[in-house]
Amino acid sequence: MLSYFSETLMEPFAYTFMQQAFLMVALVSIPTAILSCFLVLKGWSLMGDAISHSVLPGVILAYIGGFSFAIGAFGAGMLCAVFTGFLKENSRLKEDTIMGVVFSGMFAVGLVMMTKVDSNIHLDHILFGDVLGLSWQNILETAGVTALVLSFILFKGKDLLVFVFDQQHAKALGLPVTLLHYGLLSLLSLTIVAALKAVGMILVIAMLITPGAVAHLLTKKFRRMIVLSIIISISAAFSGVYISFYIDSAPAPTIIVLLTLLFVIVFIYQDLRSVRRRGDSDTRKPSRMVRIFQSD
Amino acid sequence: MSGLEIKDITVTYKNGHTAIVDTSFTLPTGSITALVGVNGSGKSTLFKSIMGFVKLARGSVKILGLDVADALKSNFVAYVPQSEEIDWDFPVLVEDVVMMGRYGHMNMFRIARDIDRRKVDFALERVGLAYLKKRQIGELSGGQKKRVFLARALAQESEVILLDEPFTGVDVQTEEQIMALLRDLRDVGKIILVSTHNLGSVPEYCDRAVLIDRTVLAQGKTDEVFTQDNLQRAFGGVLRRFVLTGKQLHDDDDSRQVTVLSDDERPVVLYGNDFSSIRIEENS
Repeated sequence: MLSYFSETLMEPFAYTFMQQAFLMVALVSIPTAILSCFLVLKGWSLMGDAISHSVLPGVILAYIGGFSFAIGAFGAGMLCAVFTGFLKENSRLKEDTIMGVVFSGMFAVGLVMMTKVDSNIHLDHILFGDVLGLSWQNILETAGVTALVLSFILFKGKDLLVFVFDQQHAKALGLPVTLLHYGLLSLLSLTIVAALKAVGMILVIAMLITPGAVAHLLTKKFRRMIVLSIIISISAAFSGVYISFYIDSAPAPTIIVLLTLLFVIVFIYQDLRSVRRRGDSDTRKPSRMVRIFQSD
Repeated sequence: MSGLEIKDITVTYKNGHTAIVDTSFTLPTGSITALVGVNGSGKSTLFKSIMGFVKLARGSVKILGLDVADALKSNFVAYVPQSEEIDWDFPVLVEDVVMMGRYGHMNMFRIARDIDRRKVDFALERVGLAYLKKRQIGELSGGQKKRVFLARALAQESEVILLDEPFTGVDVQTEEQIMALLRDLRDVGKIILVSTHNLGSVPEYCDRAVLIDRTVLAQGKTDEVFTQDNLQRAFGGVLRRFVLTGKQLHDDDDSRQVTVLSDDERPVVLYGNDFSSIRIEENS
């Protein structure tokens, strides 16, 4: 009886494609979790959305040109980021407007190109990932990106934090603000490219926002926020793949459903806790409404 | 030569708006200068040019003889932002923010040494926030929030300190604390530039004043610059003015009058009859 259970529970780990999937989502969830903290705090959540959509024409072009699709995707993602920055500098439009125009435009170009190219690229795989059809080569590439993001954060994380928190102070300290800006964008593009195979360009957006958002709700310390975000991301990714095996769902959406569920639970928990806290110490701590007026 | 030297700068933004034209002034070391002007008069553009945030169409900025980029690399400039520019929900503690002031003194990995921690503690003690150092920044009152960033500037130990509207939303006690600190810094030779529209504090606290409205209208020692005439030019009709003439003040023949000028905060009070030529718009 016991051995039957353990056999059933261990079954997902018995297949090579499942092992690869577990490894892949774990590798992807680390850089996405770290970057999500910076994006959420910088107010750049939409930037992840924009870059991920805009990689499509790059992927198609890479197929036509016969070069590595990772290079095509990265190039297209960076083009979107740089183009958005350029247009913002040189017009009166706000950044979100420009981003919307640029990324949906590039996405559409990609879709149109796709119909003209008789390709064996499955649109589904680019959009939603193909984590059960990986090669070791894919995993190795993703591991490389993960290592790169990790080492950048290890060496330049504090500078990046100052840049995100108070750009003028970063400037006053003489930090290379432009370099940090584009460094963060490059890491973002790279991570999206690395995550394409695992979760696809649509669902990677959730991995680039939700873990950081949940962690932000849970802590007031940045370092703890990063650690929590990674834990949340890895657990959701791992359980998502695991559960998908039994309920026969696609792994990537299952991961995102778990992440979203976690967000809802933490949000409700935080809200209840703050209500209770306010009730406890009515006399000491003013209500949220009063605090708003006081901060004026 | 030394000090902060701004020479004929003009800044035009990409949308075609020229924010400041041919602006020049010099701030000597060991001085507190008020930068006074209405909203849109170019105060923040001027700050941005001192920090190299905007490109100068013409002119130059020299900080202790260095170009802006070199001065920033040498950790010469500290900036105390307006409260609205900060995301108060950001997951950083009070001591983390002050430690950010020390980054210019650390190696490239920004690992805090003992001396950095001591300077942070010392700075927090000086602004009276040592007991709050483990608080998240959003949990502070308005005056405490201001003082966190002042502590960061202290810990940074820069030669030039720029403060953007430090008195907005701050109670009188905090204002006096801030100014006492700035005076200490002035006495050890720092250059302090305070942008403010709180006219009342200027004659009281600042040695020098620069009045601007897209260019410099007047500059120099506060008592020479802060005349009703200059203030009227800087503020135009924006100021509220109350003139109390002899009759309202006393029973004798003394014809002198008291003039109170204010935009929305502390008023500036001028006494004497040198200003009689100015039309009385509002009388109370």
